[in-house]
Amino acid sequence: MAKSRQPRAKSSRMRTTRRRSVASPSADRGNGRRRLPVNKTYKIYIGGKFPRTESGHYYELKSSEGTTLANVCRCTKKDLRDAVQAARAAQPAWAAATAFNRGQILYRVAEMLEGRKPQFADELQWIGHTRQASINEVELAIDRCVYYAGWADKYQQVFSSVNPVASAHFNFSIYEPTGVVGIVAPEDSALLGLVSSLVPAIVGGNTALVIAAAERPLCAVTFAEVLHASDVPGGVVNVLTAPAGELLPHLAGHMDVNAVVYCGDAASDIRDLQACAAGNVKRAILRGGSDWSSETAQGPYEILETQEVKTTWHPIGT
Amino acid sequence: MTTSELILPAMASVTRVDTVGVEERVGRFQTRSIKRDSKVTALKLALSMIDLTTLEGRDTDGKVRQLCYKARHLHDALPDIPHVAAICVYPTLVGVARRALEGSRINVASVATAFPSGQSSKKVKIDDTRFAVSEGADEVDMVISRGAFLEGEYAAVFDEIAEVKGACGEARLKVILETGELGTLDNVRRASVLAMHAGADFIKTSTGKVEPAATMPVSFVMLQAIRDYFYATGRMVGMKPAGGIARAKQSWHYLVMLRETLGQAWMTSDWFRFGASRLANDILMQIAKERDGVYQSIDYFSMD
Amino acid sequence: MASKLTFDTDWTYAPAPEGTANVKLEKRYGLFINGRFTEPKSGKYFRTISPSTEKKLADVADAGPDDVDRAVKAARRAYDTVWSKMKPSERGKYIFRIARIVQERSREFAVIESMDGGKPIRESRDVDVPLAAAHFFYYAGWADKLDYAFPGKSPRALGVAGQVIPWNFPLLMAAWKIAPALATGNTVVLKPAETTPLTALKLAEVIAEADLPPGVVNIVTGAGETGAALVNHPGINKIAFTGSTAVGKKIQSDLAGTGKKFTLELGGKAANIVFEDAPIDQAVEGIINAIFFNQGHVCCAGSRLLVQESIATSLVQKLKDRMETLIVGDPLDKNTDVGAINSRMQLKKIEYYLKLGREEGADMYQPACTLPEKGFWCRPTLFDHASQSHRIVQEEIFGPVLTIQTFRTAEEAIEKANNTPFGLSGGVWTDKGAKIFEMTSRLRAGVIWANTFNKFDPGSPFGGYKESGLGREGGMHGLLPYLSLN
Repeated sequence: MAKSRQPRAKSSRMRTTRRRSVASPSADRGNGRRRLPVNKTYKIYIGGKFPRTESGHYYELKSSEGTTLANVCRCTKKDLRDAVQAARAAQPAWAAATAFNRGQILYRVAEMLEGRKPQFADELQWIGHTRQASINEVELAIDRCVYYAGWADKYQQVFSSVNPVASAHFNFSIYEPTGVVGIVAPEDSALLGLVSSLVPAIVGGNTALVIAAAERPLCAVTFAEVLHASDVPGGVVNVLTAPAGELLPHLAGHMDVNAVVYCGDAASDIRDLQACAAGNVKRAILRGGSDWSSETAQGPYEILETQEVKTTWHPIGT
Repeated sequence: MTTSELILPAMASVTRVDTVGVEERVGRFQTRSIKRDSKVTALKLALSMIDLTTLEGRDTDGKVRQLCYKARHLHDALPDIPHVAAICVYPTLVGVARRALEGSRINVASVATAFPSGQSSKKVKIDDTRFAVSEGADEVDMVISRGAFLEGEYAAVFDEIAEVKGACGEARLKVILETGELGTLDNVRRASVLAMHAGADFIKTSTGKVEPAATMPVSFVMLQAIRDYFYATGRMVGMKPAGGIARAKQSWHYLVMLRETLGQAWMTSDWFRFGASRLANDILMQIAKERDGVYQSIDYFSMD
Repeated sequence: MASKLTFDTDWTYAPAPEGTANVKLEKRYGLFINGRFTEPKSGKYFRTISPSTEKKLADVADAGPDDVDRAVKAARRAYDTVWSKMKPSERGKYIFRIARIVQERSREFAVIESMDGGKPIRESRDVDVPLAAAHFFYYAGWADKLDYAFPGKSPRALGVAGQVIPWNFPLLMAAWKIAPALATGNTVVLKPAETTPLTALKLAEVIAEADLPPGVVNIVTGAGETGAALVNHPGINKIAFTGSTAVGKKIQSDLAGTGKKFTLELGGKAANIVFEDAPIDQAVEGIINAIFFNQGHVCCAGSRLLVQESIATSLVQKLKDRMETLIVGDPLDKNTDVGAINSRMQLKKIEYYLKLGREEGADMYQPACTLPEKGFWCRPTLFDHASQSHRIVQEEIFGPVLTIQTFRTAEEAIEKANNTPFGLSGGVWTDKGAKIFEMTSRLRAGVIWANTFNKFDPGSPFGGYKESGLGREGGMHGLLPYLSLN
């Protein structure tokens, strides 16, 4: 079954614009009648709902063989605006959830991901990964979710401090989410890169909007479905799809986005992002060039990058 | 003001006090730099606010007469030295002091109400007060029942003050909170409010028999209570820190605090007193130093 | 409240000026590059004046791009040849030395700080200078313990740090910048503000006296152009800036694509929230300290008072009475509470807002204090009945000007407090513990003072959310901006 959705199977004799599912060979039920598979429309994810792009436009996503995999939503700045609004609205409650609760929800994400492993592996294969590499990536992504789920109630304990001040005050510093984080997912890693850049932001109580890898957006949309089924409250993660670079300026300039995690490595994008970020002193975090499959791509410091340190003073006296 | 008009405010609603904040503010008073003329003026003002005190079991008529002479002639070698505000003694010595101060404008203050512990019946306390007043006391320094206060028996403490006030007649009533036994600044604030509402003309920190006696933080909280009471009622209440104030420098710190908390109207012996026995000489030495430009020795000042 | 206190007292405090006889100031200061004072290649100098007398204190070199380049190169050379190779514990000992010498020369620093910047000697003596020394002392001890600050990482120095500091805490900001940079093994080029360069130049003397290797700390004076030359110099690895949000944004934008690490400590418009169950009298004092400390030239000043409506009238009465006792005048007088406004330019800005506040319809109140004729002065000011849409409530005035608004519920207070692009600091006053935690956790700001305000300590991280900045200074957290963890 897993193989059934592989578009390349019949691509040689299909017109290259044919959609992947039409090409499924094993829709043959054995009784001589072919069953027409039901294709998924890849929509976007905003505020816990799966709308189409407000623009009504799309871009074609091709397989490594050149077949059309999907008509992907071509999101515009208006979708971005909606996503930021949804993320902002969801942020206080998500930040106020207990660390234990956030950890459980992220673990639930891992569980759901495990159950949907074949689907993700298919989507990775469509874009040219081998079966084994696809499965490896999904498994690493699952484990990464588990890793960060475990950090949810620990990074605060490890990195907060009680500061010995030279006066009669109790003084402590804790970490708080910076707020709404824009994630520009890496182009080179459809699922693992997405998970590795997104999860550390949300485990710490931020809400996020993800601009999925333009050439590899399917896993991102499917991952949104996983989030949707995993008790992640609507609006905590929002997923947009668009051709590379079309949304970045609007994200970088948005005055209600607190931080952007950029996982690309285009020097001009980085410069533009950092320059636009100055508009509201946005935190621009660069994670390009990461080896997502390595353990060096995960850690508590990745969580802290989208955290603010809050220091509180109070007198000590009777 | 008659007893029937007095109402005990809810102690729980009295504003809270943050100790650290109080200490910071007090620190600011203590870093005020008081120099030259300003210092001399302050020192003379402080002298005029002293309740020169002797409250010992061994006090005698002779001791009190000596003290009264000192009260009138603090240091005749220096010009323009004011006399103190009052002499403060036990009730049995009020008569002696009254006669010794004949013709002066120095008041006679008497402690009363089973000073210093206050551990007696209300009847004894009232009688004690009446006796002091009948002996000629212009001012009565009573103690509150700290045990009752700490037990939360606010009404009992309140009534006692009100009745003592009634027994004072024309004499002004100073209510000693004995802050060294109240434990917290919150309690100091509450006791101040209670005493003022019960009719106190002055509130006073300490008997001088309990450590710590007067401190700047405690006195500051009391001054702020006086200010709020004035804001609310328009009635001025006096303040008397007592015990533990022996240095001239402390006296101007208190005056700085008074000036910046209650202002001009309280900068007089009518509304502010220092309860002290050793303070006067230290102030005199400072005044002499300002005049002569050299540091002084206690050998040149009478120790009564 | 009919009953009125009067603070126009017969007894007043005689002038108590701190002596200036023991203060050594040169007529002219060069640039401190590579361990000694040198003439600027630009050949230009500017005057630094006392804002309380408008008299010139010294001529100070105006560093041009060539001078900045010389300084950066000296810093790079020192980094490559000495500082990066030195045993961390030895590095720490140099910083300890600086701390000690600042302590030894503390009064001189305090006097110069008050002369050059206009702040009361009480503050420079009791706050700025001791804290500056404490900062060096604190970070000195970190030099050989950096591995403990970042579990699982091996931190490395970045190289040369370019640091641009403001005029409100000239020496203290220099210490905030230099101490962590040195402790983490970086070398430094520091640019003090043009209106207050003197204590940084005195600090250069201390650095020389401590025998720091030449080039480890370089101090270049000048105005915005000098700062820009430093920020944009390709030889810099890290920029640390404290100043206005407008300039901070410009720097962030200029640094785009350069790969330089940076921290920004920018403006603020902090809410100071007072509940009816607060220790009211300490709150009043806290409000005073929050806004009138250092003439309100404080990025974290509590410039927006939010007071619960049930106590607003009595609290404002107390505030006004307290303001009557503030002594405004000669910064060198030990009794001065509020000194001179730092510059004519800043005074004009504050006066603009005073006019604006009245036009917007808020009720202005100033105590009846007399101001000196010469110099730049502003009476402590409050605007009662201000509203959220007033510009005096929204914009950073950076002067002794407090706006007052009321609130009914905690929810409303939070909403008003957070309704700002800034997020540097905030204050909460209540005696109720649970409410303190509720409020302090919901305020979106980097430093929260509960039942206190404007407290600072080298061990306490400082820095803002949102447009108030990026990164932290102070404490263990203040090491990170000067290190690479990868």
